[in-house]
Amino acid sequence: MGKLTAHIEGMGLLGPGLDGWANSVAVLQGRSPYLRQSTVVPMPDGLPPAERRRLGLVVKLALSVGLQATSKAGVDPDALPAVFASSGGDGQNCHEICQALANDEKLISPTRFHNSVHNAAAGYWSIATRSKAASNALCAFDWSFAAGLLEAVTQVAVDRTRVLLVAYDAPYPQPLFDKRPISEAFGVAFVLAPSGAPVGGLPGATSMTADGIGRLTLRLDDAPADRMDNAELEALRASIPAARALPLLQRLAAGSAGVVNIDYLDGRSLAVEVAPCS
Amino acid sequence: MTELLLKEYTATSCVGQGRLATLDALRAQRGGLAPCAFERAEIDTWTGEVNGVDDERLPESLRRFDCRNNRLAQLALRQDGFLEAVAQAAGRWGRRRVGVFLGTSTSGILQTELAYRHRDPTGTLPADFDYAGSQNSFSVADFVRRALDLDGPAVVICSACSSSAKVFGSARRMMDADLIDAAVVGGVDSLCLTTLYGFHALQLTSQGPCKPFDSKRDGISISEAAAFALLERVPDSLDADAIRLLGVGESSDAYHMSSPHPEGQGARSAMLAALAAAELSPEDIGYINLHGTGTPSNDSAESRAVASVFGSAVGGSSTKGATGHALGAAGALEAVICSLALQHDFAPGGINTRQLDPALGIQYLVENRPGRMRYALSNSFGFGGTNCSLLLGRAG
Repeated sequence: MGKLTAHIEGMGLLGPGLDGWANSVAVLQGRSPYLRQSTVVPMPDGLPPAERRRLGLVVKLALSVGLQATSKAGVDPDALPAVFASSGGDGQNCHEICQALANDEKLISPTRFHNSVHNAAAGYWSIATRSKAASNALCAFDWSFAAGLLEAVTQVAVDRTRVLLVAYDAPYPQPLFDKRPISEAFGVAFVLAPSGAPVGGLPGATSMTADGIGRLTLRLDDAPADRMDNAELEALRASIPAARALPLLQRLAAGSAGVVNIDYLDGRSLAVEVAPCS
Repeated sequence: MTELLLKEYTATSCVGQGRLATLDALRAQRGGLAPCAFERAEIDTWTGEVNGVDDERLPESLRRFDCRNNRLAQLALRQDGFLEAVAQAAGRWGRRRVGVFLGTSTSGILQTELAYRHRDPTGTLPADFDYAGSQNSFSVADFVRRALDLDGPAVVICSACSSSAKVFGSARRMMDADLIDAAVVGGVDSLCLTTLYGFHALQLTSQGPCKPFDSKRDGISISEAAAFALLERVPDSLDADAIRLLGVGESSDAYHMSSPHPEGQGARSAMLAALAAAELSPEDIGYINLHGTGTPSNDSAESRAVASVFGSAVGGSSTKGATGHALGAAGALEAVICSLALQHDFAPGGINTRQLDPALGIQYLVENRPGRMRYALSNSFGFGGTNCSLLLGRAG
């Protein structure tokens, strides 16, 4: 088995004051000031009207960043294996269910229930994109982004397939917010492809000219996770599991080679070696 | 794909604690379902509750993980010498080279349901409610890795009722990537009001013990279970009855959030992918452990998928009539049942089924069928249209 390496072909990003990857590069490079604003989440394309009505914020977020990434990569999502990583899924929906179950009537709607599964975003993604490829929905608490990246790059390297990774989280309402204070909605997505593979020969490929953003090589490490220099961005990183990706995004925006350490499990980290694509 | 050895495995469900009790129940075609008497549930249905979960005490150092789901995990881990087998693996490979990959659908959400009942007048949750230790989906893997003193990669797959089948796929890839030398895989799901009232809202709960593949089937019997396997690479020599994981097939329906594709397209492609990964043909398979939830739509869609791949040549059954539907733990539980069937030379017949639905054109077993088999397939499908088939085989 060779290295755990993958090429980034496309990215998606939505967070507070971070509206798409292209619009966020200058902020991540430190060339533009960071202006914190509430995350704007659009209605994603592709779903039938009945399904659109059922979408919570979290699923819209996941689908939107996923579609940004596949669009940038020029990849047709319909045969693309996908990994969805989230710490808590749809917190608002969870709150509504627990509140209803605390009453004597204990009435919850069918839609509430099927939206409560952690793989709701994966399910709606598959319906919206008509993708019949395998998808994974995983959770590793604060380390869900690193766990998702590790799962996705392992699929790329071992199964020699292109993979979509989507990591996303959004706040719980009170009273759960007090116990799990995720500050804002944040989603990030990558289309990852095997190193050195001919682009056209991979599942989901529609283009021979997809340009890479960078190459990632992973290893498990003991160094502490990197932090953001900008205090406001560091506050996002520390308070949103999906935003644990920010040091990696900063390195990719800088366009220079180097190693970034991302939070992974207690006292460990995932070392991500970044090499810009030539 | 690279084959893996199930070095040790165990299961605890409403039919019994550990392998021997599970085997006895299967041999006697004895079920563990009973009228629902769980918590504040007032639903006319049957459930499969595991005895002794309430009495299980977590060690002091891990008290923050205390919830029904983690108690059930601990109860199951204590069976069949599983703790000792994992300790040996950690000693041999190093604790950082043993990963933990677990499936659950609702984790410790019961703890949150209870906490919402005990909000103070301002709406605040009780001080002792521990979100990370109970409600968060990762809680069960975090608890298990600490209880087993492991420090390898750890993750929870949370894809509804395919969760603990899909963990075998993640573990296999990590092994192939040389990140680990052994993996604890499994599933743990426990009773809670969310699933009882949720499936009830969807009109998918059975009024009696569920009757998979029966003409009068009327839904699922929700249950709880925990099942684990210790996976390692296949050594040079194996006992003839050692169990290997030979294929994992995964797919998505792209159809509906809570109904399967009516023709079972996703189920069919998952089974075909598992066969392809194992480089086997449909006629090689001796037994199919069906997803077989007992809902009209699942059993209809699954039978079409199975018939399209296997015709009526291969016998299959759903063991959910005995164990109930353990949701996120079903995949691992039924992988253990397939392993027992292969090692003990019988295909378990499904129980509670009185009148086989003639519209479901597959060979459905209602009696145990003795006979040596080499390969078994286990199906697990879930909400969101997520499908996973595992292919297991005896070594000789």
